[in-house]
Amino acid sequence: MPVQGRVVISELYCKGCELCVGACPQEVLRLSTERITSKGYHPAELAGEGCTGCGICAVVCPEAAITVYRQVIRRSTAAVGA
Amino acid sequence: MARELLKGNEAIAEAAIRAGLQAYFGYPITPQTELLEWMAHRMPELGRAFVQAESELGAINMVYGAACTGARVMTSSSSPGISLMMEGLSYIAATEVPAVLVDVMRGGPGLGNIAPAQSDYNQMVHGGGHGDYHTIVLAPATIQEAIDLTVLAFDLAEKYRSIAVVLLDGSLGQMMEPAELPPMRPVRQTFPAWAATGAAGRERNVLTSIYLDPPKEEEANLRLLRRWQEIQANEVRFREYFMEDARFVVVGFGSAGRVALSAVRQARAEGIPVGLLRPISLSPFPTRQIAALCERAEAFLVVEMNAGQMLEDVRLAVNGKRPVEFYGRMGGVMPFPDEILGEIRRLAAGEASFEGHPRDRWLQRLTGSN
Amino acid sequence: MVVEQIVPEEIVYQRPRSLVECATHYCPGCTHGVAHRIIAEVIDEMGLREHTIGVASVGCSVFAYNYFDFDWVQAPHGRAPAMATGVKRVLPDRMVITYQGDGDMASIGMTEVVHAAARGENITVFFINNANYGMTGGQMAPTTLPGQKTTSSPHGRDVELAGYPIRASELLATLEGAAYVVRRSLHDPKNIRLAKKAVRTALEVQRQGLGFSMVEMLSICPTNWGMSPNQALQWLAEKMIPYYPVGDYRVSPSVAQLKV
Ligand SMILES: Cc1ncc(C[n+]2csc(CCOP(=O)(O)OP(=O)(O)O)c2C)c(N)n1
Ligand code: SF4
Ligand code: SF4
Ligand code: SF4
Repeated sequence: MPVQGRVVISELYCKGCELCVGACPQEVLRLSTERITSKGYHPAELAGEGCTGCGICAVVCPEAAITVYRQVIRRSTAAVGA
Repeated sequence: MARELLKGNEAIAEAAIRAGLQAYFGYPITPQTELLEWMAHRMPELGRAFVQAESELGAINMVYGAACTGARVMTSSSSPGISLMMEGLSYIAATEVPAVLVDVMRGGPGLGNIAPAQSDYNQMVHGGGHGDYHTIVLAPATIQEAIDLTVLAFDLAEKYRSIAVVLLDGSLGQMMEPAELPPMRPVRQTFPAWAATGAAGRERNVLTSIYLDPPKEEEANLRLLRRWQEIQANEVRFREYFMEDARFVVVGFGSAGRVALSAVRQARAEGIPVGLLRPISLSPFPTRQIAALCERAEAFLVVEMNAGQMLEDVRLAVNGKRPVEFYGRMGGVMPFPDEILGEIRRLAAGEASFEGHPRDRWLQRLTGSN
Repeated sequence: MVVEQIVPEEIVYQRPRSLVECATHYCPGCTHGVAHRIIAEVIDEMGLREHTIGVASVGCSVFAYNYFDFDWVQAPHGRAPAMATGVKRVLPDRMVITYQGDGDMASIGMTEVVHAAARGENITVFFINNANYGMTGGQMAPTTLPGQKTTSSPHGRDVELAGYPIRASELLATLEGAAYVVRRSLHDPKNIRLAKKAVRTALEVQRQGLGFSMVEMLSICPTNWGMSPNQALQWLAEKMIPYYPVGDYRVSPSVAQLKV
């Protein structure tokens, strides 16, 4: 199972430019049709499952509006038997 | 410290260094170049900043940058170079950072020549750069005064977060005279709280001249104006000679004032009750003092090495109460005391007039035609 | 045996500390914002926030000082490298950066930047090449491509009349005082990452006192290009990069040995 991620997009900064939407390899971002920011933009939002927390959207976002979270998988080697 | 024989440009440079100058940026131009060369030699050996800039435009903006750190900084140039610096001067004034500029004036307009003139009075005293701003302008007439005013310029610039200019003509820059340099002040180790020096342990500082919002820009203008009123109230400087019983007053600054003094002495020897008022701060101008002289003076004579630039400020001060006459030489020609003496004799003979503009009357005398 | 343990999520990316918490005035999608962000990230990562002084220029980025949480001064049009020289010579142990558009740096300010580079002035220039004058409404810049329509080259830049675009990185790379001069692009995640790396190298060059450094960044101006931001990225990739190839134009020997 791939790691799961999630993004939080700040409506203070987001200007609905769609650069993140175009860049997301999982195609899980879209512009909200319902919400409007105080500056009058439709902000980006996560649409559905599948975000891997890869951070690509944050790399292209000109407004530094995106915080990316990801589950962490810690691998450790456990000694079994003698 | 003992008096020694000093060249004007070098004396100013060394005075600035002793006043704790931290950075100098300049560009060669006659008749100022010895100042730059002195700095090139002295500043690096003292571990202080020196850059020969790519142009006066570069130099003034280096000054602007250094001034934003709160460092003691200066540049020097001569008329055509000063013209190029006008952009930076307007920005520095608007950003309210202190800086010192030395202008060793030469003949103009255009490339003109390298002979002494007072051609930059207007561009230094009445702006030159865009917008409403004022600079403090100090005009020495001797090398000792040039030294003292250079030191004062730094103190005033910092006190008022303003530009202070030492304005002299090429003859003073080039001449040698005995004078005494001040003791070496230590370079300041701290920076003012408003300066851009890195936001370590404090809120960030931003130094800018933009106020996009017109009411904010107006507020900034008002702040500059109020500070200027304070400067006008506190920093007017001038010197009077033979004024106690003077019925005729000669007004001249810098070298023109110096030549006029010789003429006034000769006129006194002839028994003419004439005195000299030599403005030292051209900006703020001794307007009130000149206005007050109207009570007892019968007529004024303004002497300059230009076509009558300070003349207009004297006329404003006199405000039509007394006749004002003008005598000037231009293009790098210095007046002789005899020429000024002739003008003083005309005043004493009652030939001063209210008719028309003093410049026109002077031109008419000069060319003998209408 | 390998044990996989999924622990609660961690933050992979968040807004850098060196950016002020306020919205910018840039148009939606303008990559000035990306350049700001990667510069702020590097300044955070290198711990330079309290030691950096920015010099803002005149152009759309004139208010850059509103967005970076460190000390700034604001230069007349084109004069940022001269002003930065003044700051740096007084405060040689601080980091001094300029942030300039292509009109600002490659037209009105060409003298200042060339001489700052020639002197080996130990400053870093971030040069944003968006092939037009953004702030004044999309006029022709020294970087406008042949044939490119702008509001002052309405029929497309005619090289017979208006001459040819200036490749600033290539030009500055001829100067001995320049230690690090590179061109990057902000049009996709890979190139943005490379740009960020170059920003880091440039600041490291300055930190170590190795000389003048500049990172040119190809950037979009969707508003004046009359395109959507995503179309503009494509136009940059297809039209600008062939004329302005991404690459390292000057890496002095001492910089080549740097480990960043
Ligand atoms: C001396 C001077 N000339 C002209 C201007 C007007 N002006 C402001 S911004 C600008 C162009 C900026 O374009 P660029 O550097 O390409 O930056 P961009 O806006 O594209 O980011 C001009 C010409 C000015 N402010 N000062
Ligand atoms: S890239 Fe940033 S500003 Fe643009 S839509 Fe996505 S979150 Fe909003
Ligand atoms: S983190 Fe990656 S997968 Fe998730 S929204 Fe952003 S770009 Fe898409
Ligand atoms: S005009 Fe162009 S360069 Fe300026 S903010 Fe808008 S998109 Fe960016």
